Amino acid sequence: MADSPIAVEHHNPALKHHFANMEQQREASSLGMWLFLATEIMFFGGMFCAYLIYRYWYFPDFAAASKSLDITLGAVNTAVLICSSLTVVMAVRAAQLGKRQEQVVYLALTLVLGLAFLGIKGVEWTSKFKEHHIPGPTFNFEGSVPGHPDQPVDQHHAQLFFSLYFAMTGMHALHMIIGVGIFSYLLYHAWKGKYTPEYHTPLENSGLYWHFVDIVWIYLFPLLYLIDRKK
Amino acid sequence: MVAQDAHDPHGNDPHAHAIHAHAAPTSFIRKYIFSLDHKVIGLQYYFLALAAVFVGMFLSLLMRIHMIWPTANLPLIGEIKPETYLSLLTMHGTIMVFFVLTTAPQGGFGNYFLPIQIGAPDMAFPVLNMLSFWTTFIAFMVILAAFFVTGGAPLHGWTGYAPLSALQSAGPGEQLGADLWITSIAIFCVASLMGALNFITTVLDLRAKGMTMMRMPLTVWAWFITAILGLLAFGVLLSAGILLLLDRNLGTSFYVPLVVVNGQIMGHKGGSPLLWQHLFWFFGHPEVYIAILPGMGVASQLLSTFSRKPIFGYKAMVYALMGIGFLGFMVWGHHMFMSGMSPYSAFAFSIMTMAIGVPSAIKTFNWLGTIRGGRVRFQTPMLYAIGFVSLFVSGGLSGPFLAQPVLDIPLHDTAFVVGHFHLIMGVAAIFGMFAATYYWFPKMFGRMMNEKWGRVHFFLTLAGTYAIFMPMHYLGMAGQPRRYSQFTELAYLQHLIPLNRFMTYAAFVTIAAQFIFVINLFWSMFKGPKASDNPWEATTLEWTTATPPPHDNFGGRTPVVYHGPYEYSVTGAPKDYVMQNDPATVTSH
Repeated sequence: MADSPIAVEHHNPALKHHFANMEQQREASSLGMWLFLATEIMFFGGMFCAYLIYRYWYFPDFAAASKSLDITLGAVNTAVLICSSLTVVMAVRAAQLGKRQEQVVYLALTLVLGLAFLGIKGVEWTSKFKEHHIPGPTFNFEGSVPGHPDQPVDQHHAQLFFSLYFAMTGMHALHMIIGVGIFSYLLYHAWKGKYTPEYHTPLENSGLYWHFVDIVWIYLFPLLYLIDRKK
Repeated sequence: MVAQDAHDPHGNDPHAHAIHAHAAPTSFIRKYIFSLDHKVIGLQYYFLALAAVFVGMFLSLLMRIHMIWPTANLPLIGEIKPETYLSLLTMHGTIMVFFVLTTAPQGGFGNYFLPIQIGAPDMAFPVLNMLSFWTTFIAFMVILAAFFVTGGAPLHGWTGYAPLSALQSAGPGEQLGADLWITSIAIFCVASLMGALNFITTVLDLRAKGMTMMRMPLTVWAWFITAILGLLAFGVLLSAGILLLLDRNLGTSFYVPLVVVNGQIMGHKGGSPLLWQHLFWFFGHPEVYIAILPGMGVASQLLSTFSRKPIFGYKAMVYALMGIGFLGFMVWGHHMFMSGMSPYSAFAFSIMTMAIGVPSAIKTFNWLGTIRGGRVRFQTPMLYAIGFVSLFVSGGLSGPFLAQPVLDIPLHDTAFVVGHFHLIMGVAAIFGMFAATYYWFPKMFGRMMNEKWGRVHFFLTLAGTYAIFMPMHYLGMAGQPRRYSQFTELAYLQHLIPLNRFMTYAAFVTIAAQFIFVINLFWSMFKGPKASDNPWEATTLEWTTATPPPHDNFGGRTPVVYHGPYEYSVTGAPKDYVMQNDPATVTSH
């Protein structure tokens, strides 16, 4: 048969045995990450679909409930996340240039920003808890439909808004927590000098993941906080 | 074939290094339990599905018994109560769809043969592969646990329609059992997503030199498209399932409108059960194709091999697979004609559904065209491939009926639909698995399965499944409802009892026939005649390697591909077939 023996090039220790070369390995990992992100889009898509329908049906109640969210904290968190995406890119760039120290600094900054986001989110959730805006038997939402002071908000429809709010920001926060875990791991290995200009695929792929989680928030913020902020 | 491999240079240094790097694990646990080898993982999936199919089959037998002897006092089980019947129905459907029809064709055979058929040493992500099997295993254990908790297994059917599935107080099985059911499905989704992205990456990045996309065997194409469907469908079911768990346990009401249970108003309102149905069927319809596409791939491969003819219209087959996959995402609404839907949407879903008939017909005619004029070898794998086509046509013909809202509305909640989807999605897919088992058994275990008992198994199963599911179409049109635990009391159905009795007897015979298969399988594993490396004289790459294939699949060489996958009866070639990696000088089409 006209088969060729396996060609073994310069053997990078990070090369897994079933790949022919580093290029193929990098391509496969990167494609795998993009496909994973496609599954994530479908996953969040289910919840966005639910949001779309109920917002369309119960718009006045959703607008009223949306107004009770803290727009300042939400905006600050948006800024925090955008900055963290920048630091991730800088960390990848530092790895490409072989600058270990910069890499470590940027990864540490990313971690700090990620934790800051989660902290602020925690503050927001705590206040929702105190205001009885958590769905369940104790749920209570006082208020009227925007523009119609004499029309009270339907409790059940407001509860649906908060159900979506907690499900979506909760799933997003879960992704953030996993991200923090991943970046702690990367920070440790970057410290050890594992990521070089030749091999930094984990950094790139984790960066993709982080940007994705960031983008989800970029959609969540206007959809949940900015439904109807006139007046 | 293998003798020729001795020409490969084994002596040079870098090559020796490559062999060293591919060394198989030696400890029992790394080799057989937490293995990273796609072949071992494939077998693990296969045996998991084999266990699951026996559980599912046993449940269906209990249902058939209950239908004609509703008050029978069964040994160990006692009398089947109406709610137990609903649990049986739910668990039968769920176990069969997820742990058999999704697990064996894709996770089992796909895992084992996809890398070998494209000339790769393994899957792109072996660790992920191992995790996806063990996650599936956990999901199976969790769903089995639902039988043994207080209240028993859930009652909401494999489709888990809300509000029945969303309220703890909706029935005995809707307590912990339903939570376990949803959890199991969610875990299964995660496992399938891991598998799907692994399959897609492997096909796109790990093909051997010369293995262009249009030289891939149709089995690989089918697994590839199936993986894309899984990649896009399971994520949606996962998020739908999480919302359902929140509804059940944390007081949200995504799927629950105002509901009154036993005179008490439940603390839910504002949600819509239709949301669940949309999200579920957005997954559920592609899932039908996830079950059947691998069978189509296997049928194409086998019909060509055993007719000693190239597949009729290879490119058309590929595009038809793509067309079916694409349309599969456009038609979920046809499951919901009964649930209430704008007539305009129903019209659109109906048109799209009937459009699937076009690529399906392309496939069917190409299969028939492949057999026509061939020197057909009627060995067991071929019988099953023909059986697959037969069932695909019989089950498929009722599809355009059900695709029309005016016909679907009277037929939807009757046995007609049960007959339709069992033939096309259940039994046809199972025939695909049987065909694959008989065909690849020699490669997997190095021995042949018994031909005579294989034939007996085939004819009994073919006749048996037709005897069970064909009459369901008639029963449905005569008005026998589905999901009713008891109908023998209803006067207008009295005349259908003898036919039902016949179907139950047929079920007994069919299930007994499956023991022939299992005995043949295990007996042949140890006692069957030794198989050569290419017993069917087939052309694809798995037949060029040793039997069973070594840890790195090709024993230190990488195949180079010069030919398409189905070059049979080539004029001027030394044999009546040209292997995919035969030198280019051999005359080609």
